[in-house]
Amino acid sequence: MKVFRRLRRNFEHGVHPAHHKQQTENLPIQRVPFGKHYIMPLGQHIGVPSRAVVAAGDPVERGQLIAEPGGFVSTALHSPVKGTVSKVGDFRGVDGRFAPAIAIEADPFATQEVDPDAAPDWRSLSLEAFIEAVQMAGIVGMGGAAFPSHVKLSVPDGVKIRHLLINGAECEPYLTTDHRLMIERPEALLEGAEILRQKLGAEETVIGIEANKPDAIETISRHLSPDQPVRIVTLKVKYPQGAEKMMIKSVFGTEVPAGRLPRDVEVNVNNVGTVVAIADYFLRGMPLIERVVTVAGPGVSYPANLIVPLGTSVRDVVKFCGGLEAGTREIIMGGPMMGRPIASLDVPVLKGCSGVLVFTEEQTVRRKEYPCIRCGRCLEACPYFLNPSRLARLSKARMFDEMKDYNVFDCVECGCCTFACPSNIPIVQLIRTAKDDLKNRKEPDA
Amino acid sequence: MKQKDPDLLLFHAPLLRQGMTTPKAMRDVLIALAPATGASLWFFGMSAVLVLGASIAGAVLAEWLFADRASRGESLRDATGVLTGLLLGLTLPPGLPMWMAFLGGFVSIALGKVIWGGLGHNLFNPALLGRAFLLATFPIAMTTWVSAHPEGGFFSVYAGNLALPFMQAPVDGVTAATPLGLLKFEQEVTPLTNLMLGKIGGSLGETNGILLLLGGVYLWLRRDLDWRIPVGILGTVVIFSFFLGLFDAERFPTPLFSVFSGGLLLGAIYMATDPVTSPVTPRGAWIFAIGTGVLVMLIRVFGGLPEGVMYAILLMNAATPLIDRYTQPRVFGHGAEKQP
Repeated sequence: MKVFRRLRRNFEHGVHPAHHKQQTENLPIQRVPFGKHYIMPLGQHIGVPSRAVVAAGDPVERGQLIAEPGGFVSTALHSPVKGTVSKVGDFRGVDGRFAPAIAIEADPFATQEVDPDAAPDWRSLSLEAFIEAVQMAGIVGMGGAAFPSHVKLSVPDGVKIRHLLINGAECEPYLTTDHRLMIERPEALLEGAEILRQKLGAEETVIGIEANKPDAIETISRHLSPDQPVRIVTLKVKYPQGAEKMMIKSVFGTEVPAGRLPRDVEVNVNNVGTVVAIADYFLRGMPLIERVVTVAGPGVSYPANLIVPLGTSVRDVVKFCGGLEAGTREIIMGGPMMGRPIASLDVPVLKGCSGVLVFTEEQTVRRKEYPCIRCGRCLEACPYFLNPSRLARLSKARMFDEMKDYNVFDCVECGCCTFACPSNIPIVQLIRTAKDDLKNRKEPDA
Repeated sequence: MKQKDPDLLLFHAPLLRQGMTTPKAMRDVLIALAPATGASLWFFGMSAVLVLGASIAGAVLAEWLFADRASRGESLRDATGVLTGLLLGLTLPPGLPMWMAFLGGFVSIALGKVIWGGLGHNLFNPALLGRAFLLATFPIAMTTWVSAHPEGGFFSVYAGNLALPFMQAPVDGVTAATPLGLLKFEQEVTPLTNLMLGKIGGSLGETNGILLLLGGVYLWLRRDLDWRIPVGILGTVVIFSFFLGLFDAERFPTPLFSVFSGGLLLGAIYMATDPVTSPVTPRGAWIFAIGTGVLVMLIRVFGGLPEGVMYAILLMNAATPLIDRYTQPRVFGHGAEKQP
C-alpha cells in the first residue's frame, strides 16, 4: 500500500481551476524601467518588521542596506534604487492600513548597478554565517507567503535534512513567474539549488514541476550536470499542488504531521524564485531588491512577465503594461485563489507579490448565495480533509469554539472549498473570520 | 491627461468558481428524471399527467405560500419545489385521486421542508415525508394499484383520479398488485423483463428500472450524486438477497428481482442521495447506504409491508446527523506516520 501511494505522485483532494496561463506563459521576462518613487514597507514579510537604519535625506545606493532585521523572524531590506531617502514614516499598505515604510526618490541619472562582489564567498561560510547572510540579503519565500528563508534553513541540532525540494508547481492560475524563471534562468536555479543543498548537507535536490510546464521540465533537464544530484518530478496539474505539505505528499508520499514542519520529515522546501534569489545574491551580489511579477488578467491591456524593483507602485507596473482596460473592477496581488485585493493603485510591489492580476465584471460579479445543501463538494475539495461545510455553518452561527473540534486551525486557507461550493457560500472567508476571532480573543484573567 | 482610477472592489480571493450552482444541480435532477417521467406517461397516460401535475402544484403552492415576500420568486426559481413535487408524484399510485396527490405535495413542502427552516435544513426527505403522510392518511387509496395502459388509450383516465375531496375513492375496475405484493401475499414471481421495462403494476415512477438507472448515470457524470449511496444500497440488497436465496430459493426473491422491483431504484438513486438528508462524509455515506439496504430487505422479507424503501430511507435520514458526527474524515497530518 505504501509503495502504491509513493508511485502516485499526487496528493488527495484539491480542485482543478482553469489555469489561464496562456496569456503570459510564452512571454519572456522584461525589465520595467526605473521610476521615480519607491516605497519599501518595513513589514513585507511574515514576522517582526525590519528596523530602518536610514533617515530622510540620506543618499542610498542600489542594493544598500536600509533596514536591518527586527528580530530572528525578520529580514533586512535594501534600497531597490540609487537615490535619496525622502521620508521614513507611515504609508498606506496593501491591506489599506497605515504602516511604517521607507520612501526613496530615485536618482534619474544613475546607472542602477549593484556591486557584484557585495556578497561573501558562500563556500567559506559556516552554516550559521550562511544563514545570517541569507537573512541580511533580505531573502524570503517568493511564492507568496514571504516567510523569511533563513528561518526555514535554521534546523535545530539533531534534525537532518535529506531532501532539498524546489517548488516549481506554480499551481495558482494566471501566474507564470516561476515558469518563466525555470525556462530563462535554469543555470541560476541549479546554482542556487546547489548552494542550498551543500549548505544543508542534503543528499539530493528534487525539483517538482506541474505537468502543464513541459518546456520548463525540458529546459532544466538539458542543463542538469551528472555530478549534481538533482532529479525532476513531474506533478499532476492540480490546485494546491504548490502548497508545501501537499507537494511533499506528492513527491515523497509522506504526510507532514499536523503542527509540524517539513524538516520533521527531513525535507526543506523552497520556491523557484527564492532559489534564484539565493544564487543572485551569493554569485552576483544582488540582495533581494527586485522580483519577477506576472501582470495578467482580463483587465490588463498588455499582459507581461516583468522584473520589478521592489517598492514600485502597482500604478507604474500597470502603466508599463498599457494601463487598465475599461471595466476593471478588482486588482489582486498574488494569485486569484489566495492573493489579496488592493484598495489603491499606489501600493508598492512587495517581496511576496508574484502577480498583479486585474479582474473585470465576470470574476467579481456578486454571486447569489444559496443555502448549504450539504452536497459534500467542499469535503472532496479540501486537501486537508476538513469538513468545510460544517465549519462554515458553525462560523455563521458564531460557534467559533466548536470549530476547534473540527480542526479549524489545520486550515491553510487555500480556498478550494469556496471554489467548489455550488451555493456560493464564502466558506474560506467564514473560516478566516473564526480563526481571527479565536486568535485575537483576550484570555480571561486566570 | 490624468485618468481617474477605477473604483476597486475588495472581494476576497478566491475569485474563481467551478461553475456549478445549486439551482443547476436541482435542474440536473429534473433532467435525469425526465425519461422515467416520460415512461410513466407512456404506461399510465393522462392519469400520470394529472397525478404528477397535482402533486407538483401542491408543492409549488406551499413553496410560494410560505416563502417570505422578498425571496418568493427566488425560492420558486431554484426548482426545489418542483423537484420535490415530481419525486413525490413518481411514488404515488396512478389511480390516486388528484386531490390527495395535491395535498401530499403541499405537506411535503410545508412539513417536510418549510418548518425546518427551508432548503438545506430539513432532517427528512420532503418527498418521502409527504408520501408517509399520504400512506398513513389514505391507506386504501395509497395501496390500490392499477395495471398499466388504461383501456381507453392515452386520454382515458382512471376513475379514481377524479374523485372529489374527502369522498371515498371509487375502486377502479382493473386493479393489479405490485410484483412485491404478488410475491409477499400470493407467492407469485413476476418475470424479470417485465420488471425492467415496466409492464407491471406499481407507482408512477418505479416501473421502468432501465430509465431510472440511465438518469442515475447522467447524475453521476455531472457529479451531482454521491455514487456511494446508490452503489451501497443496491449492493447491500443484492448481497442480502443472494444469501437469502441460499436458504430458500423458492421463498425469497432473487437479487435482480429485489433490485428491479418496487421503489428501490427510484429511492436509491433519487431519494437516498438527497444531499440535505444524507451524510456528507464519505464513510458516512457508506454506513447510510448499507443501513438503508439492510432495512429495505428486513422490511420486505420479514415485515408486514411488501415494500420498505420509504421507511428505510426515512429511518436512515433520522440517523444522518449522528452518522456525520462520528465519521469525520481523518485530517491531513493527523495520526499519520512520521517517516516516509
